[in-house]
Amino acid sequence: MSVKTIATQRASMNIPTGRLAVWWVLVSEIVIFGGVLVSYLMHRLGHPEWGEQAAYTNLWAGAFNTLVLLTSSLAAVLAHQAAEKGDGPKAARLLYLTILGGLIFLIVKSFEWTHEIQEGFTLQAGGFWSYYYTAAGLHAFHVIAGMGVIAWVASSAKKNQELHRVENVGIYWHFVDIVWIFLFPLLYIAK
Amino acid sequence: MAEIAHAPDHHPAHHGHAESNWFIKYMWSTDHKVIALQYMFTGMLMAMIAGFMAYVFRMQLAYPGMNVPFFGHVSPEQYNALITNHGSIMVFWVAMPVLLAGFGNFLIPLMCGCDDMVFPRINRLSYQLFFISAVVLVVSWFVPGGGFGGAWTAYPPLSAVGKYNLTPMGSSLWVLAVALEFVAFLLGGINFIVTAMNARAPGMRAFDVPLAVWMIVTASLLFMASVGPLIAGAVMLLFDQNLGTGFYNPTRGGDPVLWQHLFWFFGHPEVYVVLLPAMGIVAEIITVFARKKMFGYKTVIYTVVATGVLSFFVWAHHQFVAGIDPRMANVFTVTTVIISIPIAEMCFLYIATLYGGSIRFTTPMLWALAFIAEFLIGGVTGIYLGASGADIFFHDTYFVVAHFHYTFYPIAIIGTIAGITFWFPKIFGRMMNETLGKIHFWGTIIPFNFIFIPMFFLGLSGEHRRIYDYTHFPDLATPSMQALRITSTVALVIMLLFQFIFIFNFLYSWLRGRKAEKNPWRSNTLEWTADSPPPHGNWREMPTVYRGPYEYATPGRDSDYWPQDERA
Repeated sequence: MSVKTIATQRASMNIPTGRLAVWWVLVSEIVIFGGVLVSYLMHRLGHPEWGEQAAYTNLWAGAFNTLVLLTSSLAAVLAHQAAEKGDGPKAARLLYLTILGGLIFLIVKSFEWTHEIQEGFTLQAGGFWSYYYTAAGLHAFHVIAGMGVIAWVASSAKKNQELHRVENVGIYWHFVDIVWIFLFPLLYIAK
Repeated sequence: MAEIAHAPDHHPAHHGHAESNWFIKYMWSTDHKVIALQYMFTGMLMAMIAGFMAYVFRMQLAYPGMNVPFFGHVSPEQYNALITNHGSIMVFWVAMPVLLAGFGNFLIPLMCGCDDMVFPRINRLSYQLFFISAVVLVVSWFVPGGGFGGAWTAYPPLSAVGKYNLTPMGSSLWVLAVALEFVAFLLGGINFIVTAMNARAPGMRAFDVPLAVWMIVTASLLFMASVGPLIAGAVMLLFDQNLGTGFYNPTRGGDPVLWQHLFWFFGHPEVYVVLLPAMGIVAEIITVFARKKMFGYKTVIYTVVATGVLSFFVWAHHQFVAGIDPRMANVFTVTTVIISIPIAEMCFLYIATLYGGSIRFTTPMLWALAFIAEFLIGGVTGIYLGASGADIFFHDTYFVVAHFHYTFYPIAIIGTIAGITFWFPKIFGRMMNETLGKIHFWGTIIPFNFIFIPMFFLGLSGEHRRIYDYTHFPDLATPSMQALRITSTVALVIMLLFQFIFIFNFLYSWLRGRKAEKNPWRSNTLEWTADSPPPHGNWREMPTVYRGPYEYATPGRDSDYWPQDERA
């Protein structure tokens, strides 16, 4: 049962309600990731020796994943463009590409983590690794959630329904991207 | 998207459809009024539990080792669990659900002139998550080891290491319950903000919005912007408890003070998250019953925004003795003293609103006036604690306990009851009994002061918080100090007994009270133009707004009020 209230259809601020809500979701997400990253940064600055641990991360895998995520965001932008033109099926196809990007990201990540855990760098292996798994894990959790929501939006976009949602999930996906752009240098590059 | 902005409101076809059964109507509803009541009743039920907890541990302090009636002997572990859960419940499961979520859900759509929230199903999900969080908290009291006893602030290492707190399951469930509760309020808060921003009635500009809505929305914004780090911190604490990480363990590269930063970065704005809705409720009540325009309506709003911004820069005043850099303590002393300026300004504006008004001492008005008076005491004593020099002496004494109860009690109890007595006719369509209301008022306010004024003196005498039995401390077990403890406990029991009058009045008025008309208080705001109680969808014809909310006693008009939706 769909519940469309009068309230949902109003736009006193001249911004579509869904898009406005997504921006507020991002505000709350920014402070969540901000909390993790600031805590990590403060500790990292106080513990220069964590750099030696960071040297064990796989820089190339991280770089490849950055590229994959950025490309998947491009697909989300193109999907938005298609949705603006009213081409729902095309938007859906592009959204499936975005999901594929997320999937590749997670597969690469799981190989990375398996390798690191086998080397003995587990969640309990020290301060750096605790933050490494917690921050990247929180991000991966957002990737998974984003893939689910995108699949749901794509399934309705395919039928040319609720096309405005294509833009909204796109905004969210770009945010997930940007978080990774902060995480990659902080966890992989900084030695 | 201009076509959205100018599209005329139209009723969806299935509005006002017959609800199939009791469960769908009251437990699975997406109607904002039903969800408001769910939040309110859950919160009030939790308040009764927390009140009972306060009774048990105060009895233990007044008469150490006694068999507390209806509870029995209080063990030290039980004492810790009781004080911890009393604090947690009153902040997270009473003040927030009732003031923010309850009144927010009820008032925002009605005061903004729309039929519901913009995301009704997310609203329902928000309550369901909140309900689960309450269940998790209650379950945590009955697991092996008992409920969490590491104080509501949950400082590690006590909260992080099961060997220290002896309640490994209880403490994890406590963290989980708090985290779930945060998610529920994030969902609710996004709904509140977007509804008030985007779904206002035609003609309602930002400065035509009643203060209650402004303040609830600002509170939701503060919550949203401050809770993130603590959500992250809670995840890290859960990992420390269960997965063997060392985020808060200094021997493994962590830092226990990190938790204090994350907690209080949220914890101090949280004070304003619950204060502002109460302030907003009081603003509505004093303008109606003083029959006067709000003095400095825009100034109040600017002050609220200033308070909100400043509240992010005061958190370390909770940590003056936690080993922070004394230079940093100076900075936080200054910001803390600065934040008292906008709060004092708000109180002055409220008092100026009362000045020269035709004041009617109805029950809601008495509660609103009591809010201002009692909250001022809480605010003024806060200045002592905000100064780092004085705080070194006062820290963790009953002076702090008395101070924050003088702020939180006016918020969570006085503000809530003011709101309930004021909007009762709208919520239930019946009037409350005024005589019983006034008896309950005096029976609550007088004992309230007798509970907490003695605690100021106990704190000044050096009585430390969170102690199970003062007879073990000869310096604190003097007869005069014990007499103060007994005074405070007796006053608490009297106050709790008076609450039965409120419960009776509430239930009796709900069932048998005099039928309320649409606008019994002759108020201007939009909710009073809907039927009492408002039907599903709130109005048959959606209102249009022509003026601000506080046009009382306008010169040259016959009636002394001017509803917002009345065409000029």
